[in-house]
Amino acid sequence: MKKLIMILLVMLLAFGFTFSAAAEKVEITYWQYYYETKEETINELIDMFEKENPDIEVKHETFPYENYNTKVAASVPSGSGPNIINLYYGWLPLYINAGYLKPLPHDEFAPADIEEEFFSLVSAAKIDNHYYALPTAVRSLALIYNKRLFKEAGLDPEQPPKTLEELVDYAVKLTKRDKAGNLIQEGMTMALRGQLHHWVREVLIRQYGGQPYSEDNREVMYDSEAGYDAFGYFMDLAREHKIGEPNFMTDDVTAFKSQRAAMTIDGSFRIGTLDKVGNLDYGIAELPTHNGIKSNFASFWANGITSFTEGKELEASIKFLKFLTSDQAMQLWLTNVGELPAKPSAAFTDENRNDPKYGPFIRGLEYAHATYFVDEMSQRQVWTDAYDRVMLEGKSVKEAVDKAAQEEQKVLDEYYEGK
Amino acid sequence: MIKFIKENHIIAYIILGIGGLAMIFPFVWMVSTSFKEPWDVFNLAIIPPNPTLNNYVRLLTVSNFSRWFFNSFLVGLSVTVSVIFFDSLVGYTLCKFSFKGKNVIFILILSTMMIPTEMLVIPWYNMSRELGWINNYWGIMFPGLMTGFGTFLMRQFFYSVPDDLIDAGRIDGLNEFQIWYKVAMPLVKPAVSALAIFTFLGNWNAFLWPLIVISDNNLYTLPVGLAFFSGEFQTEWEMVMTGASVATIPVLIIFLIFQKQIVEGIALTGLKG
Amino acid sequence: MFKKLFSKLTIKQKQALWGYLFLIVPMIFYLGVRFYPTLNSFYISLTDWDIVSKNKNFIGISNYIELFHDEVFWKTLGNTFEYIIYGLPLNLFLSFVIAYNINKLRYGLTIYRTLYFIPYLTSLVAVSWVWRWLYQPIPLGIFNNFLAQFGIAQQPFLESTSQALPSILAPTIWVQIGFQVIIFLAGLKGVPKYLYEAADIDGASNMQKLFRITIPLLRPTIVFLVVTGSIRYLRIFTQVYNMTYQGEGGPLNSTKPLVLYIYNSAFRRFEMGYASAMTVILFVIILVITLFQLKVLNKHD
Repeated sequence: MKKLIMILLVMLLAFGFTFSAAAEKVEITYWQYYYETKEETINELIDMFEKENPDIEVKHETFPYENYNTKVAASVPSGSGPNIINLYYGWLPLYINAGYLKPLPHDEFAPADIEEEFFSLVSAAKIDNHYYALPTAVRSLALIYNKRLFKEAGLDPEQPPKTLEELVDYAVKLTKRDKAGNLIQEGMTMALRGQLHHWVREVLIRQYGGQPYSEDNREVMYDSEAGYDAFGYFMDLAREHKIGEPNFMTDDVTAFKSQRAAMTIDGSFRIGTLDKVGNLDYGIAELPTHNGIKSNFASFWANGITSFTEGKELEASIKFLKFLTSDQAMQLWLTNVGELPAKPSAAFTDENRNDPKYGPFIRGLEYAHATYFVDEMSQRQVWTDAYDRVMLEGKSVKEAVDKAAQEEQKVLDEYYEGK
Repeated sequence: MIKFIKENHIIAYIILGIGGLAMIFPFVWMVSTSFKEPWDVFNLAIIPPNPTLNNYVRLLTVSNFSRWFFNSFLVGLSVTVSVIFFDSLVGYTLCKFSFKGKNVIFILILSTMMIPTEMLVIPWYNMSRELGWINNYWGIMFPGLMTGFGTFLMRQFFYSVPDDLIDAGRIDGLNEFQIWYKVAMPLVKPAVSALAIFTFLGNWNAFLWPLIVISDNNLYTLPVGLAFFSGEFQTEWEMVMTGASVATIPVLIIFLIFQKQIVEGIALTGLKG
Repeated sequence: MFKKLFSKLTIKQKQALWGYLFLIVPMIFYLGVRFYPTLNSFYISLTDWDIVSKNKNFIGISNYIELFHDEVFWKTLGNTFEYIIYGLPLNLFLSFVIAYNINKLRYGLTIYRTLYFIPYLTSLVAVSWVWRWLYQPIPLGIFNNFLAQFGIAQQPFLESTSQALPSILAPTIWVQIGFQVIIFLAGLKGVPKYLYEAADIDGASNMQKLFRITIPLLRPTIVFLVVTGSIRYLRIFTQVYNMTYQGEGGPLNSTKPLVLYIYNSAFRRFEMGYASAMTVILFVIILVITLFQLKVLNKHD
């Protein structure tokens, strides 16, 4: 009996340890964070890639977004991490500085070619004339609205708000509360922790005549009149017009999906998710303008090769990266995930520009700005804290913005000083 | 009548009963919701209007729960076996043997109880990275293979084993290991089972260290898997409740089987510790 | 040859040899997995190690000086003590009242004990998510739906800087009651019956019996629970990690305990040196509490 238990234990252990040792094929590992449509599309791309390259096997692993950055940082130095990794562009500086990523070989990915083919914002992945990562897709923001709720409120579902003033009017009309005053329908989602901090940072501040950061991206500039006005506009939506709450229905996406939020500002990648919801009739429009100024925020997730990848694995990884940045992959990515092709030639076709769903996003790309994040998580936290300071602690908008600027400057300083 | 109520503590029964129901309400609600269809989640009925097993089926297909379950079980069992073996052997040695440095060793081991795990995780993590223990079972298990608390507990219990019995074992030609194993251990069975149950439960529910050392989905323990799963499915609360139920029910079953030992074990450790 | 040598030893010497043999592996373990890491922690706390770069630069006590000026650190330390100060007395009081009453019962003791004990057994991660859900705003959360039915305005619970910490304390206390009730019950059983009988003869009231006999005799039990409880509350982590948005201990750090700040600094922001400095402080606090326990208990004996 005791022997049996021992044998069983040993077997169990052996089972766990030898799990991965199998074939002679080259196996490479790909990591990204978990997002349903992204996971499915990568699986599809891997199938296609493996058919073309029967000697390569790609292992695909995903992690929850909340802990993705931690998992990456924890695993790469131990050498147990992936060969190809999908990283938010805002995290790249940290990983490149730490030597986690291999510069992409010039003979396969010449910087000049990349600059000719890809959107210029991809240069966020370039340090000292080496590119370290390339995206399949880029993304921008747009106003997404629920047509059924527009009709219910007596608004024309084909005429979404065009300016910030109209946005307020619409949002007020679209907000519903029960007798006790509890929110039951949001005019617009208010979660800064989603995409809205980008809206405040790169869109509202610029529309109010300001500039979020200095030219070299090292200095916070929004502790200015423009910054106070921009954040004041946002906080008025929350405080005065009370059109939404950050945690309503858990989060902004759920609120919009379950038709309890009439408008939201989100990225094109959300289209895939929204299309899966039955009977959700929604429209997409370019972001509202202000003072005649148009602005948008663009970002991307890029694929890099980790520095411990060598030999056959490196060859296979380069092949896979080429495949991931091919036109074919970009097209599939657009239709499945809803993120826009990373090459202007592929993105700015007339067909794409006039597409009822992708059109507003693609038109937005033309006047979009990318934030040069050094620590995206902390820099986002700064804005959600600013919101909480006003709402929960009763601080003034100016105090909250000044505090945010001070905290964000500290994050930037720590990064640039350490460099 | 009033006298009857007073003498039989009827009020105590009633109040304790209400309190007890309040205690288990979150559980009942959790289990009940795990059997609800998504559209019934807002329905405040305790008994699901349209009971379904769909959530459980979906849980097993979209997540790795069965694997996490296995991992927790394997880790819990291995660590428990190790703790029982080493803690009682060391406890026995420190109780029954006399040799130079015994007290120093005892005090050293005892003092490890004061070192909080939180202080050790960073060096452990560093160590695991250098030795390649990140992302494997050994990495999860190694910090818990022996405990100061268990050693102390077992040592106290071995005092109840009469020295005469040990001497008798020696006369019968048993070596010291055999004496420990065949003579002393059977006499402290209640302590062993209490220690085993605690160690297993503690490891089954451990969160901080597995969260740090494991990044491979296939190696998550149940609490880590559950935390990530819940974060991912946060907006589908019926799925979160199903996950929570799956993580909770086995422990409840263990409790109902070993109720007596667990309760006595806690009381014992409380008094001895 | 060894056998020959061995047989020449005295019984005492043989025993000592066995003792050392049994202790070799454990001593390696304790030195390698407990003591070395402890010292290592002290050392890391004097460096600027950040996981990312390979070298650890010695920077003296800079981390401690920075901690001293870090308002978030003081905030988390304050929160941690709030958890202890609000949580522990309430926890002990409730547990004692429950145990005291269960102890009076002639029947059904097991059932009641089981009811109160169940929460203690469950995975704290599961508990946290269940409670997080109960606290959701209308239309999702039970508590708010319940309040609404009585016409009471909905409460922000986890989304408010003033209510979030108590909201996290509630499940913490809920989980701990089971453990403390059992310890109290064991303690109550140890109070000799004849003392109560003697008090009855003297005509003492129930209250007098409670304060003159029961509580003084439960002193060791109470000291034990205060010490284990305060260490447990001091190390609060899992519930805050799982109940607050992205495990950040928000809103505005209002629920963030020390251990969560340590975790976030070390494993999210990769400031290993800084985090180690905080673990050293945690260590010192726990040391003080433990020494206090030893002192109080020894005096009693």
